[in-house]
Amino acid sequence: MFTTTRRASVIASVLLSSAALSVDAALPAFRLGTVAQPSELAAFFSPLPDGRGLPAGSGSVAQGKAIYQQQCVACHGQNLEGGIGDRLIGGRGSLVNSDPAKAPVKTVESYWPYATTLFDYVKRTMPFTAPDSLTNDQVYAVAAYILSEAKIVPHDEVLDASKLAKVKMPNRDGFIPDRRPEKFPPASKTPQLRGAVAASGK
Amino acid sequence: MTEELLVAEARMLSESREDPRSPYFRGGTLGRRRFMLSSIAAGATVAASSRRATAAPPGSVQREVPTDPSKVLGAPLEDESYGLRSQFETEVRTRFKTSTPHSSWTFTPLEHGCGIITPSGLHFERSHAGTPTIDPRKHLLYVNGMVNQTKKYSIRELRRLPSISRIMLIECSGNGLTEWSKPTLKTVQGTHGLTSTSEWTGVPLSTILNDVGVRSAAKWVLAEGNDGAAMTRSIPIAKAMKDCMLAYGQNGEAIRPEQGYPLRLMVPGYEGNMHIKWLRRLELSDAPFMTREETSKYTDLLTSGKAVQFSFEMEAKSVITSPSGEMLLDGPGFYEITGIAWSGRGAIKQVDVTVDGGRNWKVALLQSPVLPICHTRFRLPWQWDGKEAILQSRCVDDTGYVQPTLGQLVAVRGLNGPLGSIYHLNAIQSWRLASDGRVSNVHYY
Repeated sequence: MFTTTRRASVIASVLLSSAALSVDAALPAFRLGTVAQPSELAAFFSPLPDGRGLPAGSGSVAQGKAIYQQQCVACHGQNLEGGIGDRLIGGRGSLVNSDPAKAPVKTVESYWPYATTLFDYVKRTMPFTAPDSLTNDQVYAVAAYILSEAKIVPHDEVLDASKLAKVKMPNRDGFIPDRRPEKFPPASKTPQLRGAVAASGK
Repeated sequence: MTEELLVAEARMLSESREDPRSPYFRGGTLGRRRFMLSSIAAGATVAASSRRATAAPPGSVQREVPTDPSKVLGAPLEDESYGLRSQFETEVRTRFKTSTPHSSWTFTPLEHGCGIITPSGLHFERSHAGTPTIDPRKHLLYVNGMVNQTKKYSIRELRRLPSISRIMLIECSGNGLTEWSKPTLKTVQGTHGLTSTSEWTGVPLSTILNDVGVRSAAKWVLAEGNDGAAMTRSIPIAKAMKDCMLAYGQNGEAIRPEQGYPLRLMVPGYEGNMHIKWLRRLELSDAPFMTREETSKYTDLLTSGKAVQFSFEMEAKSVITSPSGEMLLDGPGFYEITGIAWSGRGAIKQVDVTVDGGRNWKVALLQSPVLPICHTRFRLPWQWDGKEAILQSRCVDDTGYVQPTLGQLVAVRGLNGPLGSIYHLNAIQSWRLASDGRVSNVHYY
């Protein structure tokens, strides 16, 4: 059976929203959940770009290089060029590009706007097969090494919470807000086949 | 990456073409002759030797098929069972190869779909560190940051709270990323399979936020998963209070492990990555956390070198699922053109279908229910005259937004490399039906 049911959808959405509203309006005090103590929350971390939430600790470029060779090189490569894991450095100047045949090179160096994100991501997810196993000192050190190879911090840098939040990433101002829905130009009145046509199967 | 996806799709197709139960079977009235000839030419027997055609498909068991099922007893009813599908049904999620099976994705086989619900076992997957195994009795949801009272909730407690159910889609914003600059993957599973619809049941997020008390300075909520990636995304507080949901149910049972068991954050109409699976913590803050997934990924790089950030909404999109890429029609005659349309901004108002590449459009029938932020099934009866045709669908949502052609979309976003801006490709899809009945993925605009 076919029904062209704009009305049904309107009714359905009204029902949905009124159901949600009545749930909220009629809520008794349910006294569920318990207070979470700071000790329970100590294992969690989520730094903000201004450095709030970054843990204590520090690490040097040299220490980071040693950890990288041990923990990161298999996936990210001897020269941070990537492999199984993402490429980490290079690519500056490649983001302005309108060539559909040439891919931009998006790396920590060329694309990531905040150094705090690097700390956060390495700490929570790396190394890939043993996530969240590096100490805070080790994560600061690895971040320092990557940022120094990216020529963003000097080779003798020692990073800690306050220094990391002050690092100015090359693409810090590379992001703009979402302005959709977009205004599109009129559709072509003479459509045609374009691009390489995928070959039909054998 | 595109190369690997193509290889995986080709493997799926080569198995499906030998499988009489697949829509890609090359054994219809037109295909059989070619199929036989090529089999003979290859010195092969017609009895298909592929794994698919001989083994019971996942989710089924192989039973002997009687000549007349009405003359013998069938399989007995079991005292306890979960249920199996028919051994004759072969559709599966396909993982299109990535460099590791732990950070990877699988696609919903939309070409098989009927109706609007995606079976839970076929809901697309995207995970960054595999599927964690979580004991719900030990799982807790913590809420901290800019709240009046930091709290934690067990799953048992959450399930006691007033719940709602909502049939709703999730679409990965990378759905179709291979299709920006040229037609690449061949099947609708490959081009559109990162969208799925389920009925989700859970507690409105506002219930929990009101319970802990949101401080006036709080503007964003960080959602964090309990997988090896500890996946995190920042969500605007207005959205969190409006319609987000802490879901524990999917299609009438507990959420599947790969979909976030025991708790998933639903962020209606926003990109799939924000629907944090295995949700373990919410942290309220006055600023977005700028996590990796909202800076280096899920941002849309334009040709200017600037990238659009926090492009959350999934815009209106539709696709014809049958006939679709790599199917082989049995010759001229009657066909029902069918597909799905959806919008992250609301309900689908209209779907138009063309068989001549956009010169003439017909209004398709919408199957009820037509729900906001949900797959909507459309259908159009059609007599194929056997001549070459370009099949397209175009949808309009209830905000008045009209699904653009690829040409219109590229005119605005540009093509920064072969994958363009990667995310949020919602253009009209074109399928070319050749006079020999073959359907292929093309760009036509």
